[in-house]
Amino acid sequence: MNRLMKYLSDYKRESVLAPLFKLLEAFFELLVPLVMASIIDRGINAGGAGGADTGHIWRMGLCLLALAIVGLVSSITAQFFAAKAAVGFSAKLRQALFDHIQGLDFTNIDKAGTSTMITRMTSDVNQIQSGVNLVLRLFLRSPIIVFGAMIMAFTIDVKSALVFVVAIPLLAIVVFGIMIWTMPLYKKVQANLDKVLGITRENLTGVRVIRAFHQEEVEEGRFRGFTKALADSQIFVGKISAVMNPVTYVIVNGAIIFLIYIGAVQVNVGNLTQGEVVAIINYMSQILVELVKLANLIITVTKALACADRVAGVFEIQNQERLAAVQLEGASGGRVQETQTEAVLGETDQGMAESSESAGTVADGISGSVPFLQFDHVSLTYAGAGAETLHDIHFSVNKGETIGVIGGTGSGKSSLVSLIPGFYPVTGGHLRLEGRDVSRIPEDELRGMVGMVPQKAVLFKGTIRSNLQWGKPDATEEEMWRAIDTAQAREVVEGKRGKLDAEIAQNGKNLSGGQRQRLTIARALVRSPRILILDDSASALDYATDAKLRNAIRGLEGQTTTFIVSQRASSIRHADKIVVLDDGEMAGIGTHDELLENCEVYREIYFSQYPEERLKAAGAGNGTSGNETSGSGNDRTEKGGQSHGSR
Amino acid sequence: MAADKGQTKKNGQSSQMAAMRQVLRYIRRYWLMVGFSLALAAVTVVLTLYVPILTGDAVDLLLGEGMVAFPAVFSIMKKIGIAVAVTALSQWVMNTCNNHITYHVVKDIREDAFEKLEKLPLKYLDAHAYGDIVSRVVADVDTFADGLLMGFTQLFTGVLTIIGTLIFMMVTNVPIALVVVCITPVSFLVARFIATRTYSMFKLQSEIRGEQTSLIEETIGNQKIVKTFSREEAVKSQFGEINDRLQGCSLQAIFFSSITNPATRFVNSLVYAGVGIFGAFVAIRGGISVGRLSCFLSYANQYTKPFNEISGVVTELQNALACAARIFELIDQEPQVPDAQDAKVLTDAAGNVALENVYFSYVPERKLIQNFNLTVKPGQRVAIVGPTGCGKTTVINLLMRFYDVDSGQIRVDGTDIRDITRGSLRTSYGMVLQETWLRSGTIRDNIRMGKPGATESEVLRAAQAAHAHSFIKRLPQGYDTVITEDGGSLSQGQKQLLCIARVMLCLPPMLILDEATSSIDTRTEMRIQNAFARMMEGRTSFIVAHRLSTIQEADIILVMKDGNIIEQGSHQALLEQKGFYSTLYHSQFEG
Repeated sequence: MNRLMKYLSDYKRESVLAPLFKLLEAFFELLVPLVMASIIDRGINAGGAGGADTGHIWRMGLCLLALAIVGLVSSITAQFFAAKAAVGFSAKLRQALFDHIQGLDFTNIDKAGTSTMITRMTSDVNQIQSGVNLVLRLFLRSPIIVFGAMIMAFTIDVKSALVFVVAIPLLAIVVFGIMIWTMPLYKKVQANLDKVLGITRENLTGVRVIRAFHQEEVEEGRFRGFTKALADSQIFVGKISAVMNPVTYVIVNGAIIFLIYIGAVQVNVGNLTQGEVVAIINYMSQILVELVKLANLIITVTKALACADRVAGVFEIQNQERLAAVQLEGASGGRVQETQTEAVLGETDQGMAESSESAGTVADGISGSVPFLQFDHVSLTYAGAGAETLHDIHFSVNKGETIGVIGGTGSGKSSLVSLIPGFYPVTGGHLRLEGRDVSRIPEDELRGMVGMVPQKAVLFKGTIRSNLQWGKPDATEEEMWRAIDTAQAREVVEGKRGKLDAEIAQNGKNLSGGQRQRLTIARALVRSPRILILDDSASALDYATDAKLRNAIRGLEGQTTTFIVSQRASSIRHADKIVVLDDGEMAGIGTHDELLENCEVYREIYFSQYPEERLKAAGAGNGTSGNETSGSGNDRTEKGGQSHGSR
Repeated sequence: MAADKGQTKKNGQSSQMAAMRQVLRYIRRYWLMVGFSLALAAVTVVLTLYVPILTGDAVDLLLGEGMVAFPAVFSIMKKIGIAVAVTALSQWVMNTCNNHITYHVVKDIREDAFEKLEKLPLKYLDAHAYGDIVSRVVADVDTFADGLLMGFTQLFTGVLTIIGTLIFMMVTNVPIALVVVCITPVSFLVARFIATRTYSMFKLQSEIRGEQTSLIEETIGNQKIVKTFSREEAVKSQFGEINDRLQGCSLQAIFFSSITNPATRFVNSLVYAGVGIFGAFVAIRGGISVGRLSCFLSYANQYTKPFNEISGVVTELQNALACAARIFELIDQEPQVPDAQDAKVLTDAAGNVALENVYFSYVPERKLIQNFNLTVKPGQRVAIVGPTGCGKTTVINLLMRFYDVDSGQIRVDGTDIRDITRGSLRTSYGMVLQETWLRSGTIRDNIRMGKPGATESEVLRAAQAAHAHSFIKRLPQGYDTVITEDGGSLSQGQKQLLCIARVMLCLPPMLILDEATSSIDTRTEMRIQNAFARMMEGRTSFIVAHRLSTIQEADIILVMKDGNIIEQGSHQALLEQKGFYSTLYHSQFEG
């Protein structure tokens, strides 16, 4: 909660004024018993000398009315400021939360679950809002009434007031004790509810499997277990909360019994009047009324505090990597230069001296100067993961080349390409773009260069136009159509009413998978990226469209460097270079023909998809196996073969 | 228009009544406790109201210096003490009872809803958003629980307090009581006035909230794409715009609704002043003692509170009933036709499957499967291919009896599948689907799902056959690794391997593989195919696949298009036909 308080700081004035007007209201309310005592003692004057004073009763009656009106006005004013502060606070908090999530890096996005983020931003923030509102209105009003009543009692009779001094701390212990006791219990209830939610969702998403395995009854049993745990925890916390009202009732009325006794003694010796005793008892019962109100709201506040904890938890997720990078940047501007020269050196003499592997790839990449993109012994370990996902990836890419990336399930294909736009930090080696280390290129500049088509084809609510503008906010009509043509999506767009302005539903639900995929490709192409990455993004396209797409991309103006990740050998066989990954390691690199000769892993993938070719290759392959043009490739192939064999 | 409105209002009311009746049916199971709780409420209220009278009586004894009758005061003090103790006890027991009833009713409702979920036809489940159903079972039931609890704790006591106070006041002094009775309805009017004013503001607020939630869902659900295109700032400002609107309208809604309290408190003060002035004059004429007047004042202080509460409870209850109606709508859904009493239990099916003149469509307007005929002999492999949306998966829905045919029949070993129990029919098939689904739990539990009693070595064998063993071994806790809902950290391919292992363990007499290896790379796939091939020996199997390479071995290949079989035969025969299949087959080598 403390971390969240800063969002209230813009509403300091309101947060002070609201309780202040509450104080006024409470003050006027506290005067009421005094006025009443005066009516009884001076107006009615039962048994006293001088008889009744009706004029006084009227005057005091009007006084009560005036107090009521003033109380109403100050109370409404207080409500307004409280509402303003609470709503303003939650709006700020929500925006800050949203902004914070927008700033998270990919590692953190992986960690944070979407659905809990959504509940935290919506229902949790709403709960906090009503909590703040109530605190401003009531949590301050109640102590004011309670202590005010005590002070008023002191003005009437010190001895009686001492009863207040004992009763109030007792009440405080009960109220706060129960609050502190139940708070963790409410969290437990919430956690049990989460489980009920979980199993319900699971049973809907897995309905076919559950029915196929005839598991309906088993699931019902599990559900019963969860609801029982939930009900038990609810009843348990309910039992404790239910203690509050009776106990406070006992304390207050016990105090009243004492007050009667003390009053009786004091009246008997003539220190107090009857009206004054009524006033003191009134003050005590005012405390009770206040506490009952408080008890009803305490659950809301307790819940709000639990929610505040959850929200604060989101703010605790910090991007550590970026912090580290910023520190590095700050350390010295010259270091960038240093690594750059080092990099160039690395290609000339150091690289030759190293292994034959790297020499081979550098030779591939040499076109006079620095290669466009260079993976220099890159490895990647995801945060929290035990093992490396990518290990010692080493190759370079020239401007305008098409690179195919192929490999088995979980071999690290997507991880490899997600390093290029800097989604994840390289944890070993260097990834350089035109000689600059990628981790030192500002995020926006880097991402601006890259057009990424992710595996999951997602579009956003809006129109086709607004979705394409994601790629380039100021794209012209012509640019959009060019991108659409390249992505083979013209028929999709022209088939929709409104063409570019056709409505797209949330997540693009009103389009088929293939249509969505083509539009996501167009979205990436609109910005004429220098690097285009297709991460298995043609899977929903049929073979013919896939081929047309690849042809169109190859024919793009300018020198677009393209990465195609795929499981289909047909999608990448015409690439300038094919990177074969196996369990996070490079099993080979080269053209289709080279790899067919040298790379066992590639051969296996290829022939599993083209069984007929195996027969042809078996005949032709023998003669050319000693080819010297890619001797270094042979090394890697062996390595790939070994790692494959050891599995 | 106006008539329309009246109509819907009436409908709303009658559905509310229906919901109310159903709620009462659930509560009836706990009638003993409800009765007990009611009795305790009565005790609590009467005693709570009696205490101020006792206090007043005591005050009356404090007439002045030297005029206090101590013995009488002591006896009153004792009475107060007993009354307070009994009140406190009965209040606590009552609250506990109410908790018990509420949470058990809620548990019962949830369980009924879930039970219905397990029995609902897939037709219903496929047509409804999961999020909506989940929110009915979870959020709606929760809101209902809150309302019910509030109803129990505050409605009874509130009504009883009002009645009790009125009786006490009437007994003590009729004229002053009349003053109170005349002023209090004002509080109702004020509350009603404010409620109608704020209703539209709250509605607007929830609309804007809905808009905001869907933006949150869209952007945070696809955060990576937002970042890929550096759209963070654009999205933030979009969010900010909605947030500003929400702030404006929330402020109005909350402020206006929060006037209710001060307003009713003001009415309260009026009552107090009225009782004070009028009571004073009555007292002068000797119509009431000072002590009784102080008791009246303390009533006046608390009297309007239940009114307040009741109006709050009524809105809360209306809300709760609306939520209850949504749950009952789910519970009242027609379940799938239950298995007939004499339905056959299919054991060790030989694997004769026949489809005869089958017609089926999801919606009557869009015809899908028409006059579908197929006879499969035991042990045959049937592959189904065709473009997306041609009805491949539908055939499987029908075979598994997830959906019933519109006309015609499907027979297994000569018996119409509608005369076989669903459970035995479905467990006779081993099914692997494209959408992998794993339950939250350990890997072992997931593999053992179809055969809970399987031994460790059986599980291991199944995992090895599915080529899942090697990756499971590498997980931090091996077979005891707990996976979260939707498999969490496992890759799509790994999840599919687990699903295959699950079937490998059961070895049912018939198999259905719907794109079972679509997420697995081709090398692993080849090895699994071998395992499948072994498994399929002697088992009737149905295979749906995109990759034509995986189905060439099939005995029968069905080529489907728009719900019809357009070609049928073996791989070689179909290639020679040079029809749709042959074009499909050759297109994968182009480019």
